[in-house]
Parts: sequence; structure tokens; C-alpha cells
Amino acid sequence: MSKKNWPIWEIFVRSKNGLEHRHFGSLHAADAEMALENARDVYTRRNEGVSIWVIESKHITASNPDNNGELFEPAQDKVYRHPTFYDLPDEVKHM
Amino acid sequence: MSKEQIKNLETQFEARIARDEKIEPKDWMPEKYRKTHIRQMSQHAHSEIVGMLPESNWITRAPSLRRKVALLAKVQDEAGHGLYLYSATETLGISREELYNQLHTGAAKYSSIFNYPTVTWADMGAIGWLVDGAAIINQVPLCSTSYGPYARAMVRVCKEESFHQRQGYEIMMKLANGTMEQKDLAQDALNRWWWPSLMMLGPTDAESIHTEQSMKWKLKRKSNDDLRQQFIDQTVPQAELIGLTIPDPDLKWNDERGSYDYGKINWEEFWQVVKGHGPCNKERMRARVGAWEEGEWVRDAAMAYAEKKQERKEKQVV
Repeated sequence: MSKKNWPIWEIFVRSKNGLEHRHFGSLHAADAEMALENARDVYTRRNEGVSIWVIESKHITASNPDNNGELFEPAQDKVYRHPTFYDLPDEVKHM
Repeated sequence: MSKEQIKNLETQFEARIARDEKIEPKDWMPEKYRKTHIRQMSQHAHSEIVGMLPESNWITRAPSLRRKVALLAKVQDEAGHGLYLYSATETLGISREELYNQLHTGAAKYSSIFNYPTVTWADMGAIGWLVDGAAIINQVPLCSTSYGPYARAMVRVCKEESFHQRQGYEIMMKLANGTMEQKDLAQDALNRWWWPSLMMLGPTDAESIHTEQSMKWKLKRKSNDDLRQQFIDQTVPQAELIGLTIPDPDLKWNDERGSYDYGKINWEEFWQVVKGHGPCNKERMRARVGAWEEGEWVRDAAMAYAEKKQERKEKQVV
């Protein structure tokens, strides 16, 4: 039996400059350096990336979908945040 | 939660899936959904990992450097696919350690096809062409399955898988166009792998216990028999093209159905292999468990080193 299991890391990859890093998946590694090396082999075998971020999963704080109501519903009735809420004369073609 | 509340949540849950919404890890899900997904996804991951064993057998003996790099890349992909799938399974709240433990104790299954031996180089061709071919047919519908992490992993797997099949078919084609001896090797491999490949698509619909629920959850989009028919219809012309004969005397084009009729599958053999009595079940498990146990000191050393580095860094800060 191993003394201690390798922790789990979340992997983010920038596929090319100009794009943001995107979550690609996760993997186990002893430390950040190994997580980077393993991420290269697991997630970028076919030139899928130019930059990798790794973060130990336990450091991520996630919202709880059960609270989606309180969190996200207040935005639903704020239609005035969208351009289509405002009336303009037809003559104004682009604004 | 009361029974009624759960029932209510379940109804909403099924409706979400019916609307083609994806389920994500932290969403509420019925216990049965979680369990079924852990079972199927881990079985899938285990198959990728055990699937490396029959092929790695030939890496050092590949007939050319071209074949060797291709086979090496394919086996490495399988390791990658196993890892995508394990990490997707872990989002359901089961640890990697527990998943490995289930594989190593035989509590979890992996695809029975990997319990057949790879006795000649032509088997590398047959595996790529037939086994990966059947796997693709199984996997493509999973790219739109209801559980988000599984679907995303499958998109990546499917993208990478088509080179596997093409490299296998190319091996078969080269052998089939070679000397008489080489052609015999190709035919012999096809003879041995054909029926197990058909079985790989799962028991007949009448005997498949999980089909109905799996269809609802989009873990399955077509029945095993439909998938099998699709595989046969696509593979027979490929065999003809390179002058190989499918080892089934009852195989015949059926004009009315627009499909091939095929002979009886020996399901007795299938269940024997599933139950652990295939030609290589014990050998595969020995190799897998051996690799895990022999690697333990490496894992421990890496962890100890990481901790030491971390401690040193913390001391410097103070």
C-alpha cells in the first residue's frame, strides 16, 4: 500500500495565442512540476496547446448548482442590460 | 429528503436529459445514475489501460521503425484515453485509488477482447482494424451522452481513435499484398479476431440487461445488435478490398435488408471469457497488478520529494 496518494490537479490549456486557457481535464501528480509534465503528455500529444496552467483541485472554490437560483436568477429580469431593450427609430440602422 | 421529494427531483432530472441538457458533476443526480456511470466509465477506462498490454507485446518487435513509432503512439494514446476517462469518473465522487482497486481485485470488468493473445505481428493489424473499428462504433454515440465530463472525454478519444484503425488496416493491407506467407498471417489474424470483435459489441439485445435505462440516459443510442450489424456491413467490403476472407460461411448479402446476414455467434465462449476463463485473463491481471505494485516505490519517492521541496520552500519564506 502506498504511503500517500498523489493529489489531483486541474489542467488548463491555451490552444494558441489569442485564445484563453480552457479547462481540459485533470490528472494526478506528486507536485506542480510533474503535473505540468504529465499534462503535456496527456493533453497535448497533438499540438493542442502553447501554454499549460495546473492547479491542485482542492484550491478551486466552486459554486453550488443548488444555489443557482439565488446566484443567477437576479440577472434574468434585468432586460435593460441588453441593447434590444431600447427603442430607436428605424432610420438608425446600426447602433 | 422525503420519498416524494426525491421522486420529484428524479422527474425533473429525466426531463432535463430528454431536453438534451447535460448533467455536470455537482448537479443533483439519482444514485442509480451515479452508480451506472461509475460502472460504465470505469470499465471503459480499465479497458484502455488493459488494452495496452496485448499491443505493447509487439512494440520491440515491430518490423520497421515506421511501424514501431506508430504502434508506440497508439499505445500511448490508450494510456491517455484511460487517464481522460479515469479523471472523468472521479468527478462522480470515487477516488482513483478505489477505481484501481476495483480493477486489481476483479470487482470491475474490462473489455473481454483483451483477454485474447497477440501471437503474430499481423495481430497488430487485426486489432487496429477490427478492435478499434468496433470500439469507434461503440464510442461515437457517446460523444453526445448526457454526462458532461464523459461526453467531453469521448470527443477527445474519438478524434484520436481514427488513426488507430487506419494504421491497423494499413498493416493488414501490406501483409495481404505480400508473400504467400504474409498473406496467410493476415488471414490467420482475421480468423482469430473476427468473432471476438463481433462479441465486443456486447450481448444480443435479448440478453442485454442495461439497454433500456442506458438508452434513456443516452449512455447508449443504438442497441448492441444494431451496432454489430453496422460493424459487419462496414467491415466486410474492407476485407474484400484487400483480398481477405471473413471466417463466416453463413455471411451473405441480404438485398432486402440492405445488410449482411451472418452466422451464429458462440456466446458460450463470450461468457466464459467474461467470467475469467479466457486465454489471457490471468496473465493480463498479473501484468497490470505487477506494474502497479512494482511502481509503488517510484510513486512514494516522488511524493516524498515533492513534500521535501514544499517544506524547504516554506522554511525559506519564514
